[in-house]
This record gives sequence, C-alpha cells and structure tokens, in this order.
Amino acid sequence: MDLTFSPAEKAFRAECRSWLTAHAPHDLPSGDTREGFAAHLAWERKLFGARFAVVSWPEAYGGRGASAMEWLIFEEEYYRAGAPQRVTQNGIFLLAPTVFDFGTRAQQDQILPRMAAAQDLWCQGWSEPNAGSDLAAIESRAERDEPGGGWRLSGQKTWTTRGAFCTHLFGLFRTDPSAERHRGLTYFLVPLEAPGVTVRGFGRLDGDEGFAEVFFDDVFVHDDEVLGEVHQGWGVAMATTGSERGLTLRSPGRFLATAARLVDLARRSGDAAAPTLVDSVVADWIDAEAYRWQTFSTVTRMTDGENLGAESSLTKVFWSELDVRLHEHALALLGAAAELADADPHDWMKGYQFALSGPIYAGTNEIQRNVIAERVLGLPRR
Amino acid sequence: MRFAFTDDQLAFRDAVRDLLDRECPPAVVRDAWTNDTGRSGAAWAHLADMGVLGALASEAHGGLGLTLVDLVLVLEETGYAALPEPIVEHAAVTVPILEDSTAAAAGRVTVTAALDGSGLAPWADTAELIVLPGETGAAVLARADVALDRRESVDGARRLFAVHPRAGPQAVRPALGAFERGALGAAAQLLGLNERMLDLTVAYVAERRQFGVPVGSFQAVKHHLADARLGLEFARPLVYRAAWSLTHGDPDAAVHVSMAKAQASDAARLTGRQALQCHGAIGYSFEYDLHLYLKRAWALAATWGDARWHRAQIGQTLGLPSGSA
Ligand SMILES: Cc1cc2nc3c(=O)[nH]c(=O)nc-3n(C[C@H](O)[C@H](O)[C@H](O)COP(=O)(O)OP(=O)(O)OC[C@H]3O[C@@H](n4cnc5c(N)ncnc54)[C@H](O)[C@@H]3O)c2cc1C
Repeated sequence: MDLTFSPAEKAFRAECRSWLTAHAPHDLPSGDTREGFAAHLAWERKLFGARFAVVSWPEAYGGRGASAMEWLIFEEEYYRAGAPQRVTQNGIFLLAPTVFDFGTRAQQDQILPRMAAAQDLWCQGWSEPNAGSDLAAIESRAERDEPGGGWRLSGQKTWTTRGAFCTHLFGLFRTDPSAERHRGLTYFLVPLEAPGVTVRGFGRLDGDEGFAEVFFDDVFVHDDEVLGEVHQGWGVAMATTGSERGLTLRSPGRFLATAARLVDLARRSGDAAAPTLVDSVVADWIDAEAYRWQTFSTVTRMTDGENLGAESSLTKVFWSELDVRLHEHALALLGAAAELADADPHDWMKGYQFALSGPIYAGTNEIQRNVIAERVLGLPRR
Repeated sequence: MRFAFTDDQLAFRDAVRDLLDRECPPAVVRDAWTNDTGRSGAAWAHLADMGVLGALASEAHGGLGLTLVDLVLVLEETGYAALPEPIVEHAAVTVPILEDSTAAAAGRVTVTAALDGSGLAPWADTAELIVLPGETGAAVLARADVALDRRESVDGARRLFAVHPRAGPQAVRPALGAFERGALGAAAQLLGLNERMLDLTVAYVAERRQFGVPVGSFQAVKHHLADARLGLEFARPLVYRAAWSLTHGDPDAAVHVSMAKAQASDAARLTGRQALQCHGAIGYSFEYDLHLYLKRAWALAATWGDARWHRAQIGQTLGLPSGSA
C-alpha cells in the first residue's frame, strides 16, 4: 500500500491543473440546448487540441496513454477547475470502451479519432417506448439485406440524450426474432444522417431539449457498422452498461467538486445553518471522500487484472444518491432562496433537477439493488 | 498510488481468521456474558502466541515490528468474531505507549485503557495494567493501584469498569495518537461486525421459506441487504486509508480517522437494523446469535467518539459553523 502519488502522477496532476485552471470555462450555457451544445463543442475541441480529451487512450487516437490512476487525477482536476460535464461523454465513456474491446482494427481507426476530436458525436440508443428497465424487450428490428451487404433498421428509440444534436447513434436492434430474447440482438453503429432516420428532440424535466426520440424507417446500415458479432449484441451492450454504471461516466472528481462547493456554501451560511444540517454537510463530504478512496482501491484491483462485474452496481447507486443528497442539503442551506436560479453563484436547483435523474438513468437504482442482492450477495432469484 | 494490501498482510489476516473461527465461535462470545472473566479463554493466548498482541512493538522488544496497516485487517477479524477481549486497547492503543514492555508485547500481561473520554476501561478486572489519561500523556497503573466500579454495557460480553486511581505516583508516558489508534481499532472492528451480521442474514434469508419461497427472494428483503452492503463498501476504504495515514504520520491523520470512525459506526448500525428486520422474530430472540454482534456494534459505534462527534471534529477543520448558536 502506498497512498502517495508518484512523481509522475504529481507532475501529470500539475500539468492538468495549470492548463485547466487557465482554460476551463465557467459560464457556458446548458449543453442540453442547441446553442449550449455548440458552445460546449468548442470547449471540447479545445480540450482535444491540448490532448486532454481522452487522456487514457493511445496516442494514435488522440490520447496520452495515461494509466487509469492518471485518468482519475485528470477527472479530479477537470471538475476542480469548474469545467462542465462533457457533452461527448456517451461516445467517449460508453461507446469507446466497447469499441476497444469488440471493434475491428478498421472500426477503431475509423471511429475513435473522430470521436476524440468531437467531430462525430455519439448518442446511446437502448431505450424504447416499451423497453426501459427490461431492455431485452426491445422491438426495433434489423432485417438482412443480402444484396446490399448490410441490414435495414426499423423501429423507435427514445430518451436518447442529446440525440437531436448528435451525428451518430449506437444501439441494439433485433436481428433474429425467433431466438430467445437476449439472443438475436445485434449492436449497430448508425449515422443519423442516413436516409430514413428521423430525430425529434424534446424537453426534459428542467425544460432543456436534452431528450430525443429517434425513428428508423427502413434505414440501411452496412455490415461494417455492426459492433461485435451478429446476434451477440446483448453481451456487447452489457460491457457498455458496465462502464456507464461503474467508473467512467461519473468519476469521483465530480462529487468531490460538488462537496467542496457545498462546504463553501455552509461556511458562508454561518450560524444560520442548523447543527443537524451542518452534520449532514459533513456526512456528504465524507461520502465524496469515501467514493474517491473506494475508487482508488477499485482501480488498483483493475490494474492488477481483476474484473469488477456486478460490483459496478454498488458504485452507481452510491454516486447517484450522493449527488441527490449534496443538492438537497445545498437547497436546505439556501432556505427560502432555494427556488431562485441566482440564489448562489452555483445554480443548485438546476443541479438538483439533474441529480434526480441519476437514480433513473444507467439502470434504475431499484434494478441495481436487485443486482447487488443477487450477484454480489448471492440472494436467490425469484 | 497503490491502494491494496500485500500478500503477507492478507496471509496474516487469514491466519487470524482461521484461529478465531476455531477459538472464538458464537458459543465463546455467549459464554463471556456469564463466565467469571467476560473473556475468551484460549483465543487470547493463541493470539499472543501468534504475535498479534505485540504486532506493533519493535522486534527488539519482543514484537513483530508491524504497523497499523497490518493490524487493521486483523482487528477487523476480531470484530467479525466479536472477540470478547481488550484487543484494541492492548494491541493498538497501549503497546505503542509501553513500547519497551516485552511483557505486554508477548501478552504475558494484559493491558486495557480508559482513553476514549468515557472514563471506562473494558475488561479492567482481569487486566494487569490499566492506562488512564495523565496530566501530560498517559498514566500506566497496576490493577492494585486503582479501584474498579463495574458498569453494565448493553453488550454483556464487554465488561466495563469506571476506573478510579488510588493516590500515589503515576508513571506518565507520552501518548501521542493513542485516541486515534483506539478510534481506528473500533472502526476496524465495526467493519468486521458489519460483515458478520450481513453474512448471518444472507445465509438465513436464503434458507428461511415463507409463501413457498426463500424470504431472500423478496425484493424488499433484497433491497434492505443491498443497502447494508453499500454501507460496508463505502466505509472500508476510509478505515484502511486512516490506518495508512496514522502509520505514515500524515498531518491530516486525525481527520482521516474521524471519517473512518463516523462512516464505520453508521454503516454497522444500518446493517444491524437491516439484519434484525430481515430475520424477523428469531433475530429478536436471545438464543439466536445475531444479538451478540448487534450489541457489540452498538457499543463500539458509541465509544471512541460516535459518528456525530467525529463529524463535528471534521466540521471544525473544514471551518464550518459549529451550530452552537
Ligand atoms: C436523464 C436521462 C437520460 C437518459 N438517457 C438515455 C439515453 O441516452 N439512451 C437511452 O437508451 N436511454 C436513456 N435514458 C432512459 C433510461 O435508460 C431509462 O429511463 C431506464 O432504463 C428506466 O427505464 P424506464 O424509464 O422505462 O422505467 P421503467 O423500466 O418503466 O421503470 C419504472 C419504475 O419501475 C421500477 N422497476 C422496473 N422494473 C423493476 C424491477 N424488476 N424491480 C424493481 N423495480 C423495477 C423502476 O426502477 C422505476 O422506478 C435516460 C433517462 C434519463 C432519466
């Protein structure tokens, strides 16, 4: 055990900190609106220009070949500097790990550099009107087009985050309707400009156009837009949801930064803050630290070659519920001003609304608790 | 940054686990509720033989020359077994204070302490030495030099005494970090107790059937236990990290210990509640073993600073309002 950072890790942190403090924007509009999205893209391209977009990827794809520990350090510094959540996250954090694991060399060369540079913008097409938690119930289909050397997609996806602003979608389609539900699914990579695709953006709880529904009407996709084997999409997709729940989507840095802001707010509230509320603020701060140290331990195990599997469900429940508590306690500190967007330099009410989606997306926390009980604790399935 | 134990540390832990499995099953804990000493009998002697009691003493003084990073895993096991012995007071708190005492390192004498602020020392009536707060550090007294006043703990296997020194000169020794080591030790034991209660409950709900199925297949039961597992998952790293910080003299070690003790106390309390609820009435019976662990967890959550007390310490270092207004 050595809980100090190595000289190389320290130097890396210092480099991240100096660049991010100098360049991180603090006042971008929401990335879930059309104008905001464009502003965020400009920021992410700048990040790419400084080779900070995908630090853990190989240099050939725009990264620095950084270790997992260095990636965590980058994330801490990114959020510490006040930089905004990444609008490219669904590609970089969710699709890319799957492309590294399942993609052909040609797919990797084609997809990854453009993703890193924020040229291709990826959205996630899992959910459908009749398939949410029960993802294997999806009805969207792909039919074989033998002469064309590809597949024809039809059906509908929904809740697609930033779908109206993205250029590509990754998602699951049913290729063998006669097979058992989890078999006969295939993982497709679909350019949204393909003929037959219609995207309709719509508002989320906070009013931003962060959701979209995507319709497929006989959309042709070529064979090399299949990721992994045909009919094996479920296994490929599960690898992606693992990263979404686990480390990559919401690393500790984000919650450490929110906890620091909450502590700052409590300090400024002075004796107006009730003792029980101060106690809760400290508890949240401890929880953010707990997530940080749990992650250092997880990353050490991963570096040693261990596979995490169902344990990522523990992480997902923890960070999403911590995020809700952090915002609830900030709003309590603000008291009657909580409803105002400008009650504090940080818009806690906006953050609260987003935090409330955490226990829903990436597999609801009810589903995660089922997974923890059955696959981590070994309780009997029904 | 490398946050993992070495194979040697894990092997030491496993050896202690095996020993306690044999020497400190629930029957031994239960017996401590009523026997003359409130202690385990053979387990203590075996731990002394293994060197656990003097783990922190230097090899020159008959110890193993190990650190709290090695010891924390072992203390967790003593929690898992609800070992009825002053092992935290002896091995973690006072052996470093009595650093030149080969008798303490070898376990030829048992040392307990009343250093957690309560004025109470566990198992003091059978300890040879009792360590109390002194004017500048810690005062080390022989049992003959104190009057003991038995106090009932909710945990009948935790014999507690208020300690009153009789007049006389007292050997005062520096006691830097003694409180932090005690709080860390209690936090480690709380992790072990937490895991024990969870293991007992997982096994029980897989066996017990109602409505024709194991009760563990009901979602409400699953979610109670998932919450228990979550608490443990996010307490453990803080405890290990605090052990490292104390070992390496991190200037913020006291804050790290407070985080560990607060988190481990709350997590064990939560698991205790869920464990009891998921057992139903059998868990509420005196004959069933759950309460042996539950009550130890309650006691240790309260001692060496409870969760709120530790959070208040952290609040001060963070510059938060103390809330006294
Ligand atoms: C902000 C946000 C962004 C999203 N982005 C995307 C995206 O980009 N791409 C995408 O594909 N999807 C996205 N989603 C959709 C998300 O994946 C689904 O909301 C989620 O999988 C749950 O499905 P559902 O909404 O249909 O709820 P349902 O599955 O209908 O669930 C409703 C309620 O029933 C509970 N429930 C269901 N089954 C069980 C069970 N077995 N045990 C216990 N309780 C159960 C749920 O926990 C929930 O509380 C997003 C959602 C949100 C809120």
